[in-house]
Amino acid sequence: MLRYLVRRLLLLVPILFGVSLLIFFWIRALPGSPAESLLGERATPQLVQAYRHRYGLDEPIYKQYWSYLKVTLQGDLGVSVASRRRVTYEIKQRFPATVELALAAMLFAITIGVPLGFMAAKRHGGVFDNSSLVFSLIGISIPIFFLAIILKYIFAIRLGWLPSVGRESITSEAKHPTNFYILDAIIERDWSALGDDIKHLILPAVALGSIPLAVIARITRAATLDVQNEDYVRTARAKGLPPSTVDRRHIFRNALLPVTTIIGLQTGLLLSGAVLTETVFAWPGMGSWLRDAIFNRDYPVLQGGILFLAIVFVFVNLIVDLSYAIINPRIRYS
Amino acid sequence: MSIAEIEATELALDTATGGLWHDALRRLIRNPAAILGFVLVGFFVGAALFAPLLAHGGPKDQNLSLIVAGCCPGPSHAHWLGVDQLGRDVYTRILYGARYSLLIGIVSVTIGLSIGLFLGSIAGYAGGFLDSLIMRCMDVMLAIPGLLLAIGIVAVLGPGLYQIMIAVGVVNIPIFARLLRGSILAQRENDFVLAARSVGVRRPVILFSHILPNAISPVIVQATLAMATAIIDVAGLGFLGLGPQDPATPEWGTMLTSVNDYLQSAPWLAIIPGLAIVLSVLGFNLIGDGLREALDPKLRGRTGRYRERSAFWFLGSRRREAARV
Repeated sequence: MLRYLVRRLLLLVPILFGVSLLIFFWIRALPGSPAESLLGERATPQLVQAYRHRYGLDEPIYKQYWSYLKVTLQGDLGVSVASRRRVTYEIKQRFPATVELALAAMLFAITIGVPLGFMAAKRHGGVFDNSSLVFSLIGISIPIFFLAIILKYIFAIRLGWLPSVGRESITSEAKHPTNFYILDAIIERDWSALGDDIKHLILPAVALGSIPLAVIARITRAATLDVQNEDYVRTARAKGLPPSTVDRRHIFRNALLPVTTIIGLQTGLLLSGAVLTETVFAWPGMGSWLRDAIFNRDYPVLQGGILFLAIVFVFVNLIVDLSYAIINPRIRYS
Repeated sequence: MSIAEIEATELALDTATGGLWHDALRRLIRNPAAILGFVLVGFFVGAALFAPLLAHGGPKDQNLSLIVAGCCPGPSHAHWLGVDQLGRDVYTRILYGARYSLLIGIVSVTIGLSIGLFLGSIAGYAGGFLDSLIMRCMDVMLAIPGLLLAIGIVAVLGPGLYQIMIAVGVVNIPIFARLLRGSILAQRENDFVLAARSVGVRRPVILFSHILPNAISPVIVQATLAMATAIIDVAGLGFLGLGPQDPATPEWGTMLTSVNDYLQSAPWLAIIPGLAIVLSVLGFNLIGDGLREALDPKLRGRTGRYRERSAFWFLGSRRREAARV
């Protein structure tokens, strides 16, 4: 296990190196040179030359890459053009919002998707099974932002049950030591704020979680059907174990393996989907921040944000890989 | 029909007939879900092709006199799907929008497919250093979530119709490259490849006329499913405002951008383009699932028994879910 862990960590190095190279060249490809955008209308050829020299832009490309790497590794992602705040500061504000949303969405998808897929497989071929198939197929065919708009229309605008934008009411005076609002409310024992935060979270989480839900239900169903016909399930039944025990200990646990794989793979989808969901619900997370950055041509934010999310994504994939070893007793990484 | 006749047809259907493609086609047209997919896609292709004949005027024609009290009248006899906030006929715009969505889907999948095919077949067939180099580059591209990568590309190229086609196409490259490489690796060790090599067929010829035709069927399935995701992704980019910069362009995703303000008074402005996206995506997903089953070699020659398997549409879909991300 330890050797596997070390090998996986070593494999991260070329990936992260590649990502940093990609982002470095991507920065160079962005329209408008940094010197010109810094100088604005005052740019004369001499001034541009002076700035290029001052910021090392006239150095050979490998030296520039090296200094970019050095600065980035020190955790300096620059300053946002739009807000004049440090990119790292903004990430600290906004990343918890996206994590909170993604976790809530995943919780929704798993608690509904896994039982749904399992029940569909148990009633294989029946009405419940077929309708769950149709629903999950429609689920993966709906653009996430369309679903978000529909949910917002029905539950926020028509019925008025839930708020339509933001993470908390404008009048809220809750304190936010960690920026995970739900956690903050619990720490501060501020129960009215907790209710308020949860109310704001429901619609975006359901919208973001619905596609993973459809995928998880499909995979759980397929995996359960696969496992149901295994020899050891027949053996367990033959020796007279109660059906509920066979379901729980022999079928369900083994069917969960492919499901965990898929749950891990949904992270990328969640991060992508967050951009769209956050835009619809004005959720102040990473996604809506990056979207605004494109329109403001706020390149430091784009660079820092995308680099940060790519690193998060790579590490989440690593954690998913490692968790297989814990869940599946048959895999022992050597 | 007598029992003997039924048995005879069963027998006839059970023997493998024709080639892989002939067989696959037979199974495909017996799959009700796939037929529904073809109907949906055919419907949108028809709408795209005959938009000028079916539409009521042009997609940019405005009639501001229709707008009463802030926003737009709903469906009526003259305007089947209502009128948008600028007095344009929604039905007409949906028809013309089908052109954009289908075109964007086809172009971006073609970009991803052709470059991915090229890189994947080189990596799979050449092996060694070239293989590692190409696949590590693909890993790096996959390390950035799809939509973010697309947004990054649009940031470089600037917003616009062609730009989002390229962005979505590039996002598809590593998916196809990986798929084809795996498929080629599986074919490379086959006897017919060894036979071709031993009689002195040149390497590129072996790759393109012996291996590729046998490795291509998972790619065709993936291409159909990629059409579905491409339509969704492009609509997403359009919704974010990165699509065609002329707001009059009747692209479905772009049509959804401005409706947030009118959600209360005219919800159909959101619902109709959204439904158009859902139905066309559903069509491609159904065809893709049907194709996957039809091309599955394990099911060959079993056309007659196909019906009882139709409840299995969704089985064996793990590879695809992995590729979606």
